[in-house]
Amino acid sequence: MLAFIIQRLLQCALVMIAVGFIAFSLFNFVGDPVSLMLPPEATTADRDEVRKSLGLDQPFYVQFVKFAGNALQGNFGISLRLGRPVSQLLIERLPATLELSMTAALLALLVGIPMGVYTALKRDSWLSRFILTISLIGVSLPSFLIGIFLILIFAVWLGWLPSFGRGDTIKLGLWSTGFLTLSGLKALILPAITLGLFQMTLILRLVRSEMLEVLRTDYIKFARARGLTNNAVHFGHALKNTLVPVITIAGLQLGQIIAFAIITETVFQWPGMGLLFIQAVQFADIPVMAAYLCLVGFIFVFLNLIVDMLYYVVDPRLRAERSGGGH
Amino acid sequence: MFPLKLISCSILAVLFAIAMSAATAKTLRYATQDEPQTLDPHSASLAVTTRLLSNVYEGLVGRDKNFKLVPWLATSWSQPDALTWRFKLRPNVKFHDGATLTADDVVFSMERILSPNSQFKSAVQGVSKAKKIDQLTVDLIMREPNPVLLNHLFTFRIMNKAWAIKNNSINPQNYKDKEDTYSSRNTNGTGPFMLKERQTDVKTVLVQNPNWWNAGSPEKGNVTEVVLLPIKSNATRAAALLSGEVDFVNDPPPQDIARLKSSTDVKIAEGLEARVQYLVFDTSRDELLYSNVKGKNPFKDVRVRQAIAHAINVQAIKTKVMRNLALPIGSIITSTDQGYAKDADKRLPFDRDKAKKLLAEAGYPTGFEITLDCGNNQPAADICQAIAPMLAQIGIKVNPNVVNTANYFVKLQKFDTSFYLLSWGTPTSDALSTLQYLLRTNDGAGTGNGDGNYGRYSNPKFDRLVDAFRVESDMKKRDAMIREALLLLNAELPVLPLHQAIIPWAMRKNVTAIFPPNSVPYFFRFRID
Repeated sequence: MLAFIIQRLLQCALVMIAVGFIAFSLFNFVGDPVSLMLPPEATTADRDEVRKSLGLDQPFYVQFVKFAGNALQGNFGISLRLGRPVSQLLIERLPATLELSMTAALLALLVGIPMGVYTALKRDSWLSRFILTISLIGVSLPSFLIGIFLILIFAVWLGWLPSFGRGDTIKLGLWSTGFLTLSGLKALILPAITLGLFQMTLILRLVRSEMLEVLRTDYIKFARARGLTNNAVHFGHALKNTLVPVITIAGLQLGQIIAFAIITETVFQWPGMGLLFIQAVQFADIPVMAAYLCLVGFIFVFLNLIVDMLYYVVDPRLRAERSGGGH
Repeated sequence: MFPLKLISCSILAVLFAIAMSAATAKTLRYATQDEPQTLDPHSASLAVTTRLLSNVYEGLVGRDKNFKLVPWLATSWSQPDALTWRFKLRPNVKFHDGATLTADDVVFSMERILSPNSQFKSAVQGVSKAKKIDQLTVDLIMREPNPVLLNHLFTFRIMNKAWAIKNNSINPQNYKDKEDTYSSRNTNGTGPFMLKERQTDVKTVLVQNPNWWNAGSPEKGNVTEVVLLPIKSNATRAAALLSGEVDFVNDPPPQDIARLKSSTDVKIAEGLEARVQYLVFDTSRDELLYSNVKGKNPFKDVRVRQAIAHAINVQAIKTKVMRNLALPIGSIITSTDQGYAKDADKRLPFDRDKAKKLLAEAGYPTGFEITLDCGNNQPAADICQAIAPMLAQIGIKVNPNVVNTANYFVKLQKFDTSFYLLSWGTPTSDALSTLQYLLRTNDGAGTGNGDGNYGRYSNPKFDRLVDAFRVESDMKKRDAMIREALLLLNAELPVLPLHQAIIPWAMRKNVTAIFPPNSVPYFFRFRID
């Protein structure tokens, strides 16, 4: 197990170097931050001087090696847009993004799995058909559209919930949380639904189809023949066996939620990392973009590792195979 | 009994204070698309930053409600000789931290704005240094005469010397440094508002300065607190205004204006921005980079440029693309700029037949093909798309090339263009920076001559005029020279001005705002009823 984790961590490092390298080679195309940092009436000499002082006149591989060297020491440079250390900015924004994505993921799991089970067990009820029809919307509508619809209904028409921002936050050490204030919780509702809706419907549909498959298998029939109660059959045997693919998808989707909170964060002006990234792209703020991409790369690799480890917990066959084959 | 009475008295007093502050506290929640990059008044000269800092820091001269230059931190000035300006400072002006404004602060701010990290050097054009005469008198020593120095000084903001030294902020932020500068996150000005709280990309809170020297001004409104809320997404910004979560938006999305106007809770105030959208021809190369005409440059022929001017229906651009939020203009400087001449503000009329005739005379009866470059910001991209079919009508096939803004300037700075669209507004409200920067020949001297002249128009007569009026101190003679230069541009058309944008400010019905031509919201003039 330990060897497996170390191997995975090494892979993680490789992936991040690759991410950083590809990102840097693309930065040549995002444009020149200097033209946005200086006023239009700046002289050509001014521009050249700033460009030189930032090292932007050097080829990208030189810039990359410098960046990687500094990053290893935990220094991601200064944001060109805000003039503040990038690591400080990311630490400030991380709580907002994590709180939003965790809420969205929990929402997706806690609503998606029961509804999936229900629609699989009561295949023909009108409620199942209704849920499935509605879930089509979640799968097919892009999240920025859902966000704007929700804002229109709940903020503009009904006036119940705020249309933007994170409400009041409370500082717990470095972590700023919106969970402890009423306005923070209210501000969380719409973005969390917007961000979680797609994953929710995906999980719902996945659980349903897996469940239907499992219910047809022989061991379920035997279980019924043994006279087990419906509950024991459905939740003890059927649901447990549907969970392996669900964990895989949910784990990968959590990465997606964090990485693609960008759109939801932009629509709701949620002060997380995604919003920081979008603004960095527009400003060609290379230090922020590089650090963000590396962080997202890291989150993905890390989540994959967790997912792999969860397989062991859920599926006893893997444990048996590994130990049997390895020793 | 006594203590009880005392307690109840103090409770009453507290309640009264709360009731009073509730009655007088007027908070303006202000949403805008972009976050100010820095709070340093001498660091980045960008519109978003200026809009915020103009409420916190002040200059020697100011502008009144009608945008007229008026004494501000200086009460009077004189010119002992051509190369000296003497300013008398207003006594007893307090900085937000309580320090009193003295000549030292002006001398320090001048050194700071002239330092290499500052981007505001144009605010002190021609000044070589500031010299303290006594506590409340400062001389600005000029390198060369600048007859419109006051126009420039309007954006020269005064910072407190002791505060900057104490907080290690003698120079503006340098992006090479590993740490950020204190003055890019904190402020200490003399202005009507002081910074209370700043959370980047979340909110910035300004509160009324209780000791503001100009609190008795008849122009003063009643806003006591301003909360700046950056909202990136257009739809969300409009929604927040409609739902009453914000009171004022200085950049409502153009496509939502009609909807905002139809709401009973929101009103729109429109103001003319001193900024011109214009087309530029490459009049320098012998063969255009992006055209099918080989061996010669059609834009070198003034008749081709005139034909294009005749073929563009600027009224249609105004009504269809700009949704009427534009004022067609024939001059590269606007009516609020020093040097503006009404008779030089003439457009060639929209006349397709005339355009075809001119094109034929120039030797292009069937037209030619050309690439038109423009930034991907709006409305520039839409204007480009609208110009293409207009020129197609006279046989010129235009390929609009919409470029990401961050790349666009790089492209232009390399002169990698044949025909482009840009907008320009001078921060100094004077013709000089426009004519010198956009149209004078770039002589590579590093003095700003022609640094924005990406079409590389070069006319010795025009250059002589610009060089002469730059140092001319007789305003009458100066204005006459500017007029001559503008008329020359009208005849030669190296650039083709299209229109001035009308900027809509959207606000809740109970807000009263005053729109100045530099489109900076001066919150002390705002009212909430």
